[in-house]
Amino acid sequence: MLEKLREFYGRHTQRITFLIILLILWTLFSLFIPRFFSYANFFNLARRTAIVGIVSIGMTIVLISQGVDLSVGSYVAVSGVLVGSFLTGARGFPELPIPLAILATILVLSFLGFIVGFSIHDLKVPSFVAGLGMMSIARGLAMVLSGGRIITGLPREFTGFARMEFLGMPALFIVLLVILLGGGFLMSRTKFGRNVYTMGSSKEVARLSGINLRINTYAIYILNAILSAIAGMLLAARLSSGIPSEGVMMELDAIAASIIGGTGLSGGEGSVYGTLMGAFLIGSLQNAGNLMGLDPFYLQIVTGVVIIVAVALDQMRSQQEA
Amino acid sequence: MPDDGDYRITMENINKTFPGVKALDNVSLNVKAGEVHGLVGENGAGKSTLIKILMGAYTKDPDSGDIKIKGEKVDIDHPLQALEYGMAAVYQHMKIAPELSVAENIFLGRQPRSRGLIKWNEMNERAGEILEELNMGQIDPRQKLRELSNVKKRMVAIAKAISQDVDIIIFDEPTAQLAEEETEQLHEHIRELSERDISVIYISHRLDEVFEICDRVSVLRDGRLVITKNIEDLTEDDLIEHMVGREVGDLYYKEDIEFGDVILEVEDLKREPDVADVNFELREGEVLGIFGLVGSGRTELVKTLFGVHEKDEGKIIINGEEVDIKSPFKAIDEGMAFIPEDRHSEGVALTQTVSDNCNLVRSLLQSNYGILNRSEEEKIARENVEDLDIRTPSIFQKLRYLSGGNQQKVVVAKWINANSEIILMDEPTVGIDVGAKKEIYKLMAELLKQGKAIIFISSYIPELLGICDKIITLSDGRMTGIKQAEEATQEDLLYLATR
Repeated sequence: MLEKLREFYGRHTQRITFLIILLILWTLFSLFIPRFFSYANFFNLARRTAIVGIVSIGMTIVLISQGVDLSVGSYVAVSGVLVGSFLTGARGFPELPIPLAILATILVLSFLGFIVGFSIHDLKVPSFVAGLGMMSIARGLAMVLSGGRIITGLPREFTGFARMEFLGMPALFIVLLVILLGGGFLMSRTKFGRNVYTMGSSKEVARLSGINLRINTYAIYILNAILSAIAGMLLAARLSSGIPSEGVMMELDAIAASIIGGTGLSGGEGSVYGTLMGAFLIGSLQNAGNLMGLDPFYLQIVTGVVIIVAVALDQMRSQQEA
Repeated sequence: MPDDGDYRITMENINKTFPGVKALDNVSLNVKAGEVHGLVGENGAGKSTLIKILMGAYTKDPDSGDIKIKGEKVDIDHPLQALEYGMAAVYQHMKIAPELSVAENIFLGRQPRSRGLIKWNEMNERAGEILEELNMGQIDPRQKLRELSNVKKRMVAIAKAISQDVDIIIFDEPTAQLAEEETEQLHEHIRELSERDISVIYISHRLDEVFEICDRVSVLRDGRLVITKNIEDLTEDDLIEHMVGREVGDLYYKEDIEFGDVILEVEDLKREPDVADVNFELREGEVLGIFGLVGSGRTELVKTLFGVHEKDEGKIIINGEEVDIKSPFKAIDEGMAFIPEDRHSEGVALTQTVSDNCNLVRSLLQSNYGILNRSEEEKIARENVEDLDIRTPSIFQKLRYLSGGNQQKVVVAKWINANSEIILMDEPTVGIDVGAKKEIYKLMAELLKQGKAIIFISSYIPELLGICDKIITLSDGRMTGIKQAEEATQEDLLYLATR
């Protein structure tokens, strides 16, 4: 039993250590910041973290494959606009029932993800550039489709989801948990997951081991686009509107959550669980700062420092190992 | 030739401890002026550690003795300082700037300048003079380093060292990626260095080289100095025994295995511009060697067989049926395996665990709705570790922390688990030590006994003669001959490979 526990710790040292740090941080906040340790505050924290968390999980998968996708923030905006337009029939859109509107949005975003994957694999465009291009394309699309205006009047059945709760937890957070568990299973228990890790370790090793790089590259970027679409629709539900200027800089938050959670930029390493903790760390710092009445601009500085420190610590650790 | 004057380098009772490991234990090394001093030992014997201490990349433990250069006690704690004492190193993985010219590389950091601008003409001229003086006149100082062959890159490194008034040069596995002919060129240059009274420390895994150019040799084993002797007083067998600490017997390992059916036929295979006129048959239990110099198209040939490149013409017939192999996956599906030359970028996923790497190909061939059977995989990986004697603390260890020989065993395990019938091996024993090499040969014999067949590329003829049944030669992208290994000689093969 102890042996098993030790082996488990050996394999997951980084994530367990991180979890302990997060718990210590929460304890400190709870002791020194009034109102931090309250049901209402944790409820709020969970709901806030849900949307960026979902986007971060997609980003983590892309980063593990040794790519990066800068278009996620724009995806969130265009998904909100799309689902809003389909639901309200605004600007010449067909008015669709909720399930069809969601499906249609996911299909459009899958196509955008496919274009990114196609550019990377077939046109040999570096993922950074492909993402930069799609970031602009998707943002432009959000503006064009909405005419630059906020889409309102979303049906109550749709927006109500964001305010629902199950087992005392916000529905948004439940969605995050489901995606987290699904993503964790996908990455550690399926061929696809191992293909992604192998591609991230070395594309050539992957190819010479018989992995189909084309299909897997498409799948990675389509999956990432779909996760962003889900996040975008949840955000639209929470804000009761589709906002074309939403999600700006969200790609950076997603990358930050991933790398704080131990996913490297050089590929082949990382996990979605680490990313969730990374997202919570950033979320908790901001939440604590808000409660203390700190200027949000300072919080931005603190977040930046945390990113650099987290990665520096991780570098030190891996150098010791080597 | 070396004179018997004072030692140019003396290292006395050097100790080095890393957390948990005594890497060097009272090692003393003396190098005479103008001699070529071989430094040999298995991987992990402490060669690199000793050299890194000499060059100032590591510091020795405080209970160590002194290091003296030309009789003067020195404390080198930075590689730049080593240069001040007249020492330079030419490493296996060269620290050069591929996009800069030969002259720029030679004068890197000390280009002739006036008012902050580089005097290009003067620099190119001076580089030309240096190269000319070293009989390397065929190298154009204006050429980019990237465009040079591996041997010329090393020559540039030598020229750079000489131009810095160095009188001690350390070569660490300098011939690892060189073909036979190029190795000889490099050796000639090293002999010239010795005539100029420059001391050379030569680290190599290839003992024939050590015998060819070294005057004296020191053997390290498990962090201790075993012997230092004149090369005339040693035989190859002695040297191996000292390195391994026990008798290994033959260097190569081959069993008499009866051949089965023809498993692979290749007819008139062609792929522009590297592969042409390739014809051969391979039977179950047989090892086909491929010999060719670097650039002869040998890697391209196996990559064409494996579907990495598409063939232009010709037939590939497996078990009597012609197959059209358009991708590595198709090749794997037809029962082929490929162990590439460059382990790190093509063979193993360094960030993945032993278990993941062992099961990588096997799981792709099974459907199981895309879901991995982790417990079965772990069981298989444990068996692999046991059977192949892969030295790793656990099957969950990441590959990057394994030694080269053990990484190579994992690559072999990956293909054994995929049940491949035809195994293509491209220089599988490069950069791994004598003991591990022999384990790989034994493993090959095991596979052959199960009716598998092997295609084996090597640029080292004795190895090919030692383990192959027949050998084809390639020259400049064409197949130029096929020989039974028993009848072939080193000269035959070299002749065919340079035709």
